[in-house]
Amino acid sequence: MLNRASTYLYRRPRLALALLLGPPMMYMVVVYLGSLFNLLVYSFYSLEGFTGLIVRKFTLSTYAQLFEPANLDIFKRTTMMAAAVTFADALIAFPLAYYTAKFASPRLKTWLVIAITMPLWSSYLVRVYAWKLILAQEGILSWFINLLHLDGVLNWLLGFESIGGSSLALSPIGLFIVFVYIWLPYMILPVLTSLERVPKSLLEASGDLGAKPLQTFRAVILPLAFPGVVAGSIFTFSLTLGDFIAPIVLGNSKFFIGMAVYSYQGTAGNIPLAAAMTMGPIVIMIVYLLLARRLGAFDAL
Amino acid sequence: MRSNPEASWGLKLAALGGLLFLHVPILIIFLYTLTPDETTYTFPLPGITFKWFGVAWQREDLWRALTLSFQVAAVATVAALILGTLAAAAVYRSNFFGREAISFLLILPIALPGIVTGIALRTAIGGFDIPFSFWTIVIGHATFCVVVVYNNVLARFRRMQGSQIEASMDLGANSIQTFRYVILPNIATALLAGGMLAFALSFDEVIVTTFTAGQQSTLPIWIFSQLVRPRDRPVTNVVAMFVMLITFVPIFLAQRLSAQNSDTEGETK
Repeated sequence: MLNRASTYLYRRPRLALALLLGPPMMYMVVVYLGSLFNLLVYSFYSLEGFTGLIVRKFTLSTYAQLFEPANLDIFKRTTMMAAAVTFADALIAFPLAYYTAKFASPRLKTWLVIAITMPLWSSYLVRVYAWKLILAQEGILSWFINLLHLDGVLNWLLGFESIGGSSLALSPIGLFIVFVYIWLPYMILPVLTSLERVPKSLLEASGDLGAKPLQTFRAVILPLAFPGVVAGSIFTFSLTLGDFIAPIVLGNSKFFIGMAVYSYQGTAGNIPLAAAMTMGPIVIMIVYLLLARRLGAFDAL
Repeated sequence: MRSNPEASWGLKLAALGGLLFLHVPILIIFLYTLTPDETTYTFPLPGITFKWFGVAWQREDLWRALTLSFQVAAVATVAALILGTLAAAAVYRSNFFGREAISFLLILPIALPGIVTGIALRTAIGGFDIPFSFWTIVIGHATFCVVVVYNNVLARFRRMQGSQIEASMDLGANSIQTFRYVILPNIATALLAGGMLAFALSFDEVIVTTFTAGQQSTLPIWIFSQLVRPRDRPVTNVVAMFVMLITFVPIFLAQRLSAQNSDTEGETK
């Protein structure tokens, strides 16, 4: 019976394929895409101002609200933060990934890979929390800065209106550090993967042909590792765009997209506006993913 | 194996700096579990005490949250293992129209900001008047856990020799036997690694959970509420350390396992 069934399936690859694909696709298409589509529909509804009830009639007025200066500001602030975080992460990730992939002895490499992967799997919240302790006004970082007599520099930085604040814990600078910290492993791993795929013989060939190490780095390694950086940036960018935990825990009261969506949906009960607001990051990410795929980033995941 | 060329000092320092940046902050939490100071995060610590461990142990709400987190993560992981492996097998074994779209669809839940998944599910669940419960949390978690298993298993499939499966079938094994004796041993460590990652993702997930949970709180939700309105700072420190340690052991073991596996593969080349 079992053998017959197995032969039957072997002869009909299409049916076998359908059986394999059925359950995961049912789940992802019905539950996930269905919900997303539902959200899209809600973004075309609106909220009745007086009653606070959702009017289930097609309208673009909710989207129009997104273009109010306050909301545009939120988009701008969030996107710039995401870009800055992505850039900083790439900068910090590259040396560590490069060293791990190309210079570490096999034994050391095993340990380094573990050390890089551990934070990725460990609790994101706890890692945000760590910075609440570190950045607190009476906390360890201030103590350290005072020890080095750098408090003047810190106050000077915090004095800038766009990035500063009353203290590190309540400023965009602090939030930036936290974002860079929590998403860093998401950048290191894809870069590491893409660097590992660069064959040693290629580097040797480059050296044999007379390239100096720096030239090899620029002309061979960097272009080949670039898809990894792009793959990593998908995560750092997207995760920063949608995060509302870190801004709530650490930021000042300035809204980021995630926070705005959270409060529109929660306290304001304005699901249509929250839905319309999430379309921002969705559109940004879909464009980003399509670009990333062209750059070969998916192979580096 | 030939020895690697030496890295420059600048590279070594930069790599070390990145490594320290990744790990030192967590140690700060460990340090703070010992502080006697209940209201601020004063450094240097005003003293040392071990009493908060006992206080945390007595808390009923923590035990409830911990149990819920474990159950959710376990069920979500099982679901992800099944769905992810099926999808990976389908994508690996045949070249069909829309294959790229499947990778794309599966990666969406982690590529899109978590808040999108969260609010989409909340609106849909609310729209159908389904009560928020244990199962709504699991449904949310499974969406982003599937891709982790899928990626791990698919990568392993691609390294596997397709001829092994054909040989097994030629020698008279049926699909189930082939799966049990040829495919499963090959993908076992990938399943373990993917499963562990899925478990860890689910165990510490907070963004989607805030939207899909009803009144119950998972451990991350408990911590989050403490971060927004700090009531028990010292207990939060202890819980944070506990969460780090409890995820450390299985993740570390799984890592070692898959590292050993790729080492042996490297030697046969």
